[in-house]
Amino acid sequence: MATKKFMYVNRKAPYGTVYALEALEVVLIAAAFEQDISLAFIDDGVYQITKEQSTDGIGMKNFSATYKALGDYDINKIYVEKESLDDRGLTADDLMPLVWEDEDDDWAEKPSIKIVSREEMAAVLAAQDVHYSF
Amino acid sequence: MKFTVMINEGPYQHQSSDSALQFCRAVLAEGHDIFRVFFYNDGVNNGTRLSVPPKDDRQLQKEWSQLAKDHSLDMVICIAAAQRRGLMDASEAERQGLDANNIIDGFHISGLGQLIEGSIQSDRTVIFGD
Repeated sequence: MATKKFMYVNRKAPYGTVYALEALEVVLIAAAFEQDISLAFIDDGVYQITKEQSTDGIGMKNFSATYKALGDYDINKIYVEKESLDDRGLTADDLMPLVWEDEDDDWAEKPSIKIVSREEMAAVLAAQDVHYSF
Repeated sequence: MKFTVMINEGPYQHQSSDSALQFCRAVLAEGHDIFRVFFYNDGVNNGTRLSVPPKDDRQLQKEWSQLAKDHSLDMVICIAAAQRRGLMDASEAERQGLDANNIIDGFHISGLGQLIEGSIQSDRTVIFGD
């Protein structure tokens, strides 16, 4: 099967609506198809990968740990828009440390998250074959 | 050109189902192919046969069903999204021990892999959502 560049654009907060959870379910299935997968987090989507999430008291399942497993599926291109972080008073330190193990480099753990400007994000998006927007 | 179309919002709640339906008709009228139509999130509610909209309103589920019949479209409802929202075909209802099913003709229930495969096989993937 042909390999295409797939981009998952995550725009919504993790709780409040089902978009983030069901987007993650698509990503996990897609991992089995050996395609070139990237994720983008923009707008309120940046909250999806903030650390120390707690859903105590709202009755929702806390699925944030699933993002940490993405590296095990060779999903290691995670782009976060800097302007979206800035607008919300967030920095890289507020995000979960998402990593992957590089089998070509003695299994060294490397960061999956790349913080990019809005302009850089536009270029990343333009380079994709398929966009799923959630 | 070959298209895969994805619908992520519910009928009547949101215009994306209407827009997607009109887009599919336009694509076919121009002589292009639709490889697959994939319904996800609340979009799965386009596949119920138990919807009874007012007579003077559009009949979205029936219109999708007719379009599928007229053009032999492959219209897939995501099983994970469908199970959450109570969309069942006969075999799934039986497997779950439920007393009813509600899928309209022309739709079938399958997995998210159908979406990924559709995007791999198609020239364009077009998403209708919020």
